[in-house]
Formats: sequence, C-alpha cells, structure tokens
Amino acid sequence: MRSLADILPDLPCDETAAPVFRAPWEAQAFAMAVSLHQRGLFTWTEWAATLTAEIKAAQAAGDPDTGATYYHHWLRALERLAIEKGAATPAALQDKAAAWDRAARATPHGQPITL
Amino acid sequence: MTHDHDHDHHHHDHDHDHGTVLSDVELRVRALESILVEKGYVDPAALDVLIETYETKVGPHNGAHVVAKAWSDPAYRDWLLKDATAAIESLGYIGRQGEHMVAVENTPTTHNMVVCTLCSCYPWPVLGLPPVWYKSAPYRSRAVMDPRGVLQDFGVTLPADKKIKVWDSTAEVRYLVLPERPKGTEGWSEEKLATLVTRDSMIGTGLARLPS
Repeated sequence: MRSLADILPDLPCDETAAPVFRAPWEAQAFAMAVSLHQRGLFTWTEWAATLTAEIKAAQAAGDPDTGATYYHHWLRALERLAIEKGAATPAALQDKAAAWDRAARATPHGQPITL
Repeated sequence: MTHDHDHDHHHHDHDHDHGTVLSDVELRVRALESILVEKGYVDPAALDVLIETYETKVGPHNGAHVVAKAWSDPAYRDWLLKDATAAIESLGYIGRQGEHMVAVENTPTTHNMVVCTLCSCYPWPVLGLPPVWYKSAPYRSRAVMDPRGVLQDFGVTLPADKKIKVWDSTAEVRYLVLPERPKGTEGWSEEKLATLVTRDSMIGTGLARLPS
C-alpha cells in the first residue's frame, strides 16, 4: 500500500510523514476514513476526488487555506461519501448530532458521555 | 488536587453540574461515528487501533518543549510551577477553552500521575493526543486505587519509599507532570533534551527517556 502522504499530498504531517492532529476529533475523522476505505466503502481515488472538491469549494468560499481547516474539509468529504454510499442520511446525521449535544450537556463532569 | 480531596472548582462555562458543551465538529464526528458503528460499517476498537498506530508517531512536541525549557532554565521552571498557564502560553501554546494548567514536579521523593479524560479534560494542545487506554474507566479507577500497580504494568518500578500522588483533572484544571531530568544530560541543549520527553512521562505513566 502506498503511504498516505503519496495519496493525500496536503495531509498535515510532521518531519517523519506521520499525520499531525490538532484535536482528538481530527484523529477520529481520520481513522473513520481509513477504516471505511479498508472496508471497501470507497476507493482512495474516490476519497481524494471528494476531499479535493471540498477543499476547492471551501477555497472558493474564502477559506484561508492555512492547513488549520484541513480536517473540517476532511469531515465534510467523509459525510458526503457516507451519504452517497448509503451508509448515512442527512436527517440521521442531524438527529444523532442533536442527541450527542443533549447527552453532553446532561452528563456531569468526570462521567463518560454516552447516548 | 489529589483524588482524595474535595474538588475545588472554578466556575467558568461548564462544571460538575452543567455538563459539557461540545463543538459543532465534535458533534458531527460523534454523530457520524455512531451511525457507522450502528450499521456495522466501522468497529470502534478498530478506530482506536488506527489512532493508536498513528498517534504514537506524533510526538507531544509542545509539552516536550515546555519540559525541556523548565529543565534548562531555573527561572522558567519556577514560573511553570507557580503559574503554568502563563508559562505555557508564553511559548505560544494556548488551550482551546482557556483551561487552567497546573504543573506538578517529580522529585527524588515524589512521583506524580494524572487521571481523567472520560470527558474532555485532557490538555491535548500541550500533550498531543491521549493514549487510547487513558480514556478507559478501568484505568481511571485502578490508577486511583493502585497507582503503584498501574505503573508496574507500564514497566515503571519506583522505589518503595517514593510517594505517588494521583491528580484528578477537573473540567477547568489540567495537569502537566514535570518529569525528573535524566542523569547524564548535563550541558544538553533544549532541543536535545526535548527528545527525551515522552507523552507518558508528562502524564506520569512513564519516566523521561534515558540518554542513549
């Protein structure tokens, strides 16, 4: 398998070409894409095309393109592919996000947040 | 504060009583993951393995820089122990929610270890990503009840007379362990010292690397 940096030249990496995450959610989004690809839900070509399209759309809308928003584009690409491949629907994603929001607000500090 | 004392909460935007407000992207990631898990597209354990694989390659450079500077510069060390938030911010590392950082120093007589992160208490801007096991409830309870045993599981055996303090993060207070500077590093530059500082040494489940 080719390295991730070969397939995704814009992936934020450190000097050893390992991905750099600025927050845990970025790592989670990264792992979901790698995992869905391994499972065959999409090819890397499809993934790269979708991600590139999201990045171009964001740039056209004024994204500063500093790398700080890379995983925002990554997440949008992931949501879009999941919907296109029938793994999720926009309504289900919205409902789940609202459920997590309610759960987080209702969970006292020190307890795991669960649905 | 240590685990057997009352929590001394600062009342900011969230605390014990009010739960946590997750950001929009955090909610979307959790939403997508729950749906994919429910439908059998991804396995949460496999995601953890993937993250663990990659995150061990991502050094906690920010925290390592803080520790190396404290080792080299006594005035910075004093500042870090007195006001870690300001000392860390002076290097350009700023927490996401303005959380309060406290640095606890390992000494020949005391070892410090940090627990928490069942919620969002881990200072990842400073330490990088938390290890996967760190988020597990069994780790947290064992670390509180049997810290010496947990350390042994990590291959760290401390002298029997060394005191172990376990620090339980609160919603607003995050801890950084200042590990002991390894012997044999006299005259090292900050950059070289930083290579000895592991993430685990900054949460107290490990010691700084020895010079090879």
